[in-house]
Amino acid sequence: MNTLAAGLEQTFDQCSALIRDLEFPTVVRWKAEHPGAKAIGYFPVYAPTEIIHACGMLPVGLNGAGDALDLQYADARFGSFICSIVKTTLELVLTNRLECMDGVLFSSICDSARNLAFVVKRNFPGKYVEFLHLPHNPNSTASHVFLASEYRRLTQHLEEMGGVRAGEEALNRSIAVHNENRALLRRLYAFRAAHPELLRSWELYALQRAGNFIPVETHNEWLAGALAELPARSGKRRDAIRVVVEGAFCEQPPIDLIRIMEEAGCYVVDDDFVLGRRWFTSDIPVDGDPIQNLADSYLDRSVYSSVRHDFRNPRHKQLIEKVRRCNAQAVVFLTAKFCEPAYFDYVLFKRELEAAQIPHLPLEFEEKAFTFDRFRTEVETFVESLLFD
Amino acid sequence: MSEAEKAEYRGQVHQLQKELMVDWYRRLDESAGTGSPPAVSLLVSGNCVELLEAFDILPIYPEVNALQLAIRHQSLEPILAAEELGYAADNCAYVKADIGALLKGITPTGGRLPIPALALCNFVGCNTYVKWFEHVSEFQKVPLFMLDVPFLRTDEPSKDDIVYVVRQLRELVTELERITKRKFDYDRFKEAVRNSSQVEELWSRIKHLSRKTPSPFDAFFDAITLMGPLYVYRANPAGVKFFQAALEEFEQKAARGEGPFGSEKFRLVIEGPPPYPFFRVFRDMFAKWGACAVASTYSTVGGLWEFGFRHDPENPFEAVAMHMLAHNVTNRNYLQRYEQIRRYVEEWNAQGLIIHFVKSCRLFSAGQGDMRDYFTKELGVPTLYLESDIEDPRYFSEAQIKNRMDAFFESFGHTPAPVRARAAGRPGVDPGRPDGSSRLRILE
Repeated sequence: MNTLAAGLEQTFDQCSALIRDLEFPTVVRWKAEHPGAKAIGYFPVYAPTEIIHACGMLPVGLNGAGDALDLQYADARFGSFICSIVKTTLELVLTNRLECMDGVLFSSICDSARNLAFVVKRNFPGKYVEFLHLPHNPNSTASHVFLASEYRRLTQHLEEMGGVRAGEEALNRSIAVHNENRALLRRLYAFRAAHPELLRSWELYALQRAGNFIPVETHNEWLAGALAELPARSGKRRDAIRVVVEGAFCEQPPIDLIRIMEEAGCYVVDDDFVLGRRWFTSDIPVDGDPIQNLADSYLDRSVYSSVRHDFRNPRHKQLIEKVRRCNAQAVVFLTAKFCEPAYFDYVLFKRELEAAQIPHLPLEFEEKAFTFDRFRTEVETFVESLLFD
Repeated sequence: MSEAEKAEYRGQVHQLQKELMVDWYRRLDESAGTGSPPAVSLLVSGNCVELLEAFDILPIYPEVNALQLAIRHQSLEPILAAEELGYAADNCAYVKADIGALLKGITPTGGRLPIPALALCNFVGCNTYVKWFEHVSEFQKVPLFMLDVPFLRTDEPSKDDIVYVVRQLRELVTELERITKRKFDYDRFKEAVRNSSQVEELWSRIKHLSRKTPSPFDAFFDAITLMGPLYVYRANPAGVKFFQAALEEFEQKAARGEGPFGSEKFRLVIEGPPPYPFFRVFRDMFAKWGACAVASTYSTVGGLWEFGFRHDPENPFEAVAMHMLAHNVTNRNYLQRYEQIRRYVEEWNAQGLIIHFVKSCRLFSAGQGDMRDYFTKELGVPTLYLESDIEDPRYFSEAQIKNRMDAFFESFGHTPAPVRARAAGRPGVDPGRPDGSSRLRILE
């Protein structure tokens, strides 16, 4: 699975199959090829994968289970009013599907995920379950010192676990290869914004999300290959509106939902799908103290997100800037059901969009959804109201 | 309605509490009119009211305002107003009631509430706090101070955690100096911390009285009555005086062998917040069965002192940091909450656990099914799981909750063995696991 099928179409199909596979075949294979090496899963939205990588381990981005898993146990553990990804992640643990992971990382994104971390800890004996506190106060210089200490704590634990020391050189090499990954993704996003008829959003989504399950070096090859082949692709422009999609930064929508949004008349020119893979707006420096550089970059070089708080530059202002920057006509909110950070942000997003006279459509999804008729109708109606206004 | 259902729960302490809280609202109204003393909004969980006290700043607690609206059956109107603004049905209703009330000018007493000079977001565990105060700051156009307290993800806070919080507290001092145009008085801060440590000692002694049988007070419902003064007056001499009076009253009741009502038939631990819109109805359901809470987690939101922690007046910044980091239930991790409840069950000699899931508060509620699993299957503690809400009256089904509660208490007669006997030495089993193997661990 680490080798890519020939041709773009097959690549995208291969990626969309990979992101649905709950057996984690690429992780299992990587571990077989690297005897004794560890795989560390991380719950969304962001994790410093560079540190995991520098410790000789495979970072694996967890994204719930989509519609591929019926809940037998986790519903009773988490009850009503809790988002799906929290439950499916626990279900993956309780049904032994995460056995190929040697540890799982969580971070301070929301209350449900925070409690999940410790419920997983109780139900995943023998595994390394860690919770990172990613600071909410970038205004304070103390947060830079604190986050570096938090990253050093993680590094030390991983080094002890894997028996590989992540020296400065190894960390800087890891940062460089991850910088390359993010730069390639930024180029693909720019390409799609310029040529949405040549790169469909579900394709970019699958290609990007597949990176959660393979080594970053392999993913870089896949991304570079796609970038090289895309300009030669043919595609016709059609009547569609340019939209920014906002709200699906943690639980991921079903791929068919993205397909349908496009079929219903949207060119998605920017989104926050699998946001952790594009977390930084520019490269992390590769000289100096790598841990401090990672910490400083989280605090000063991150994209805006509903789970990261930086009141120096409010996210509702940044959404408007994003819409203008990519010349979008509207915003589609694709909010995971029961996602409280996204629900809260909608209030201020809505206020700013209305003030800026940018139309928006609020929609809600669950990763396990499999019928989309109502969704299609809502998007079509919204698109028509803009196209024929 | 039976005698128990019409029970009168109020003692002298309830009257004193009312007077203190009415006086707080009177001072808030004065501040709204004159701007003096200045007021600062902050949040209840692991609050740092000692710093405000050192500057003679009046605290505003939006949670207390929200619960007052709910208990007076006034929360629905502001909740609906907030939903019109774009808040979701599944957003925290505390936030919706508060924002809706701010925008519509609704207050619990009808008096005025001041515009805060600062929205001080003491982030202590609850991620919703951050959004809440971001919105308060936006809608009230007031500066926001983010005080980021690392979540307790290890057994104890690390040195780095403490240094991080202390440095932010010192930055907060600079901000409070700017607001009040007053120089920080370190001795006054130490004095405020000393008051807190006295209140904590008194509060802890009260909490340990409920280990007696019968308990002289209900450690959920009556503790909630005491929580208002605990947050508003903890660092003030009035708080010390209030808790001295409360301890005296409960000690006298204990000496007389009196409980909060009639005879005590069941001793319980209650986990989670109350349904404030139906506070009295909910209490009556317990009273009817002679069921008394001997401990509760909700009463440790502001601080967890019954296991020994006190603010240290000689190291006031570190003491405030330690309180915020480690000694309140909201910043402690979920398994530490299991441990807290386990100690209550065993050391306070409780027979059962009531878990009240409130949809507004995922901090409390997310994972309570796993908690139930631990207590029933691992420890053999009879557990009742109820669902409603802390603030939104639309989520309280009186008949359903009553039926579940009645069934729970009736089943007690059929419980085969005392809790602690069953808990001891019982191996962990999890029939829920598909392979039948045990995945549960006794907590260290």
